[in-house]
Amino acid sequence: MNEYSYDYRTVQGFILSAIFWGVIGLVIGLLISVQMWDANFNFGEYFSFGRLRTIHTNVLAYGLGIGAEFGIFYYLTIRLTKRNLVLGKLARFHLWLFNVGMVLATFTLFIGMNQSLEYAEFEWPIDIAIVILWVIFTIVILTNIFKRKEEHMYVSLWYIIATLIAVAILYIVNNLHIPATLTKSYHLFAGTNSANVEWWYGHNAVGFLFTTPILAMFYYFLPKATGLPLYSHRLSIISFWSLIFAYLWTGAHHLVYTPLPDWIQTLGIVFTLFLIAPSWGSVINGYFTVDADWSKMRTNYLTKFFVLGITFYGLQTIQGPSQGIRVISSLIHYTDWVPGHVHMGTMGWVTMIICASVYVIIPHIYKTEIFSEKVANIHFWLVLVGQLMFSITMWVTGIQQGAMWKMTNADGSLKYTFMETLVGNYPYWQMRTVAGVIFVVGMLFFVYNVFMTIRKGMAKAALADAKAA
Amino acid sequence: MSHKKDIYSKTIPFALMVAVTILIGTIVTTIAPMFTKGMHPKLENLQPYTMLELAGRDIYQKEGCVNCHTQTVRPLKADVLRYGDYSKAGEFAYDRPFLWGSKRTGPDLARIGGKYPDEWHIQHMENPQAFFPKSNMPKYPWLKERAINVNEMKARMDALGFPYTEEDVAQAAESTELDAMVAYLQIIGTAVEKEGAMVIEEDSVEDENPLAGNAAALEEGKALYAAECAGCHGVNAEGNIGGSLVDYAAAEPASRDTYLVIANGYEGVMPGFASSFSKERIWALVEYIESLGK
Repeated sequence: MNEYSYDYRTVQGFILSAIFWGVIGLVIGLLISVQMWDANFNFGEYFSFGRLRTIHTNVLAYGLGIGAEFGIFYYLTIRLTKRNLVLGKLARFHLWLFNVGMVLATFTLFIGMNQSLEYAEFEWPIDIAIVILWVIFTIVILTNIFKRKEEHMYVSLWYIIATLIAVAILYIVNNLHIPATLTKSYHLFAGTNSANVEWWYGHNAVGFLFTTPILAMFYYFLPKATGLPLYSHRLSIISFWSLIFAYLWTGAHHLVYTPLPDWIQTLGIVFTLFLIAPSWGSVINGYFTVDADWSKMRTNYLTKFFVLGITFYGLQTIQGPSQGIRVISSLIHYTDWVPGHVHMGTMGWVTMIICASVYVIIPHIYKTEIFSEKVANIHFWLVLVGQLMFSITMWVTGIQQGAMWKMTNADGSLKYTFMETLVGNYPYWQMRTVAGVIFVVGMLFFVYNVFMTIRKGMAKAALADAKAA
Repeated sequence: MSHKKDIYSKTIPFALMVAVTILIGTIVTTIAPMFTKGMHPKLENLQPYTMLELAGRDIYQKEGCVNCHTQTVRPLKADVLRYGDYSKAGEFAYDRPFLWGSKRTGPDLARIGGKYPDEWHIQHMENPQAFFPKSNMPKYPWLKERAINVNEMKARMDALGFPYTEEDVAQAAESTELDAMVAYLQIIGTAVEKEGAMVIEEDSVEDENPLAGNAAALEEGKALYAAECAGCHGVNAEGNIGGSLVDYAAAEPASRDTYLVIANGYEGVMPGFASSFSKERIWALVEYIESLGK
């Protein structure tokens, strides 16, 4: 099959949509970071922290993260099944529905339709729309996989299939709600049970929206971008199965020291510790792939994105399990340590790999080179510095906060009032805002680079057309 | 590497194997527990939410309060000292969804019910900084301007199967969203008998202020008053929700009595501060309060 006939328009549509939603989510992130240290930056009902924080997480998770995954999965599917999307028109419809859905979903969060389940805030009409979107996505991908022109399924396709199945189960079960009216519903599960279902979902949303899809990209684009073959097929098999097996047991580490039965907490903690193994399976596979030729770090501008991305994944998957251990949880749970942890994953791993993948895809679609490697390098260093500064300040303040909450006087009373522990965060939260600005500026360099590459590609195509005519 | 025709070449068996792998942990940790008693405990005196309380809980969800406030006290010494008795599984049987939260940007609210008088919440929601000048909590002035939609609330109560009477409906009809929020906050955590984490006995307190005449203590007391007490007793200590401390001090009460009021509070009127302030801090406050009468 002549690859020149592949149709990547829907892929590009999703990537541009993801960029659009990403910029909105990042700007809102900056605003709420300021609200954390100065309440005067809450502007009325619609722009108060409680509404905006929910919008920040959802727009970035669903708009940027999943939007990019839709596009990049379509790209991977086309490449790895060696044919155009069989259901190309359905995929096109999927793209439009995604954007209309995102507008509606964001609107419902602004007006306060909020189920108050973290990462499952959308009310039931939006949930139904999301399930429809996911079913369409699954049908398009699986149809291509069934009709693939390549006998073997590459590692990335395994992760794609696991993502499709797991997210469907997770999303549907946790969003089982009793609808009262069009705008309001109640969780089918109550109290302790509600908590257990939510964090089984919540943790695996991280697993199957921010780990397996990103690994699908990593396993494809790292060898592609560097020209180095994957180090070990066998290691990728072991990592894959143990990862998707262990993940589902771990949600209860979010509920340490809550009224959830102890045995579920302990089981969650134990499996969380086990998860280090499969996570590091992929990390090692990545490192040893590049180990064939470390000079690629200098000669190929994309290599460092993948190496740093997988490094942060590695750190994330050491830090996460440590946090689950009871004694550590008792210090850092409920503090700013946790957002520090989350943002290392989202800013250091997820966004890093998505951006690197886009840097491969967009020039490939237009059969051209990236607009500017220099701009890509500036992007890289800014997001790296921004992310490190963000995470480290949050870890420091989280430990300080957790310790201040715990400290007691000789007479048995608490050493610090809550306000004193809160005010102690402000200087760190101000530094976090600065870190956020650095990161966002870095991301704007990325956006600029992508748009200029598209412009360059279109000009080149127009020239070729003119010559042909 | 050559590939023989294995599972990675067969789509349906592969997908099935993935589904089974994912479902094992799901079933053991999430589905199976649903059928055990341990997941459905209910304290004897736990009542379903009234219409007004549910309306308040819905607003709590709508405003995203769970982003900053937890509702579960861990069985850890410092948690219990700061917030009260640790949370029991049986307190949450009517909570759909649970609102335990994951972040304490603000304090835990699992034992907020009955801690302060209603008026405290009314003024605090309007302007948190009047109580804690450096607080980062947003103001919620719009709540008091909004009526409760009774038809909507009936549908919500019906969906949950919570009972309600005509009086409940009438009460909700003449309430604002702020009233509902206060009603909800005041019911949270009240199914468990209130136990002061620390109660100070009279004979454990000195007769006279050991810090009497200490200028540094006076300054500390003044600063602590501005940060923690001025909301209720007024910036000039002339009274607001709580009484005027200027008048109080003018009556020249015994230092020990002032100490005990600060330490133990009054049930439902003023929280006790024995677990939150050290002895020295309480005496510093006593020193400041007594200075107001001079």
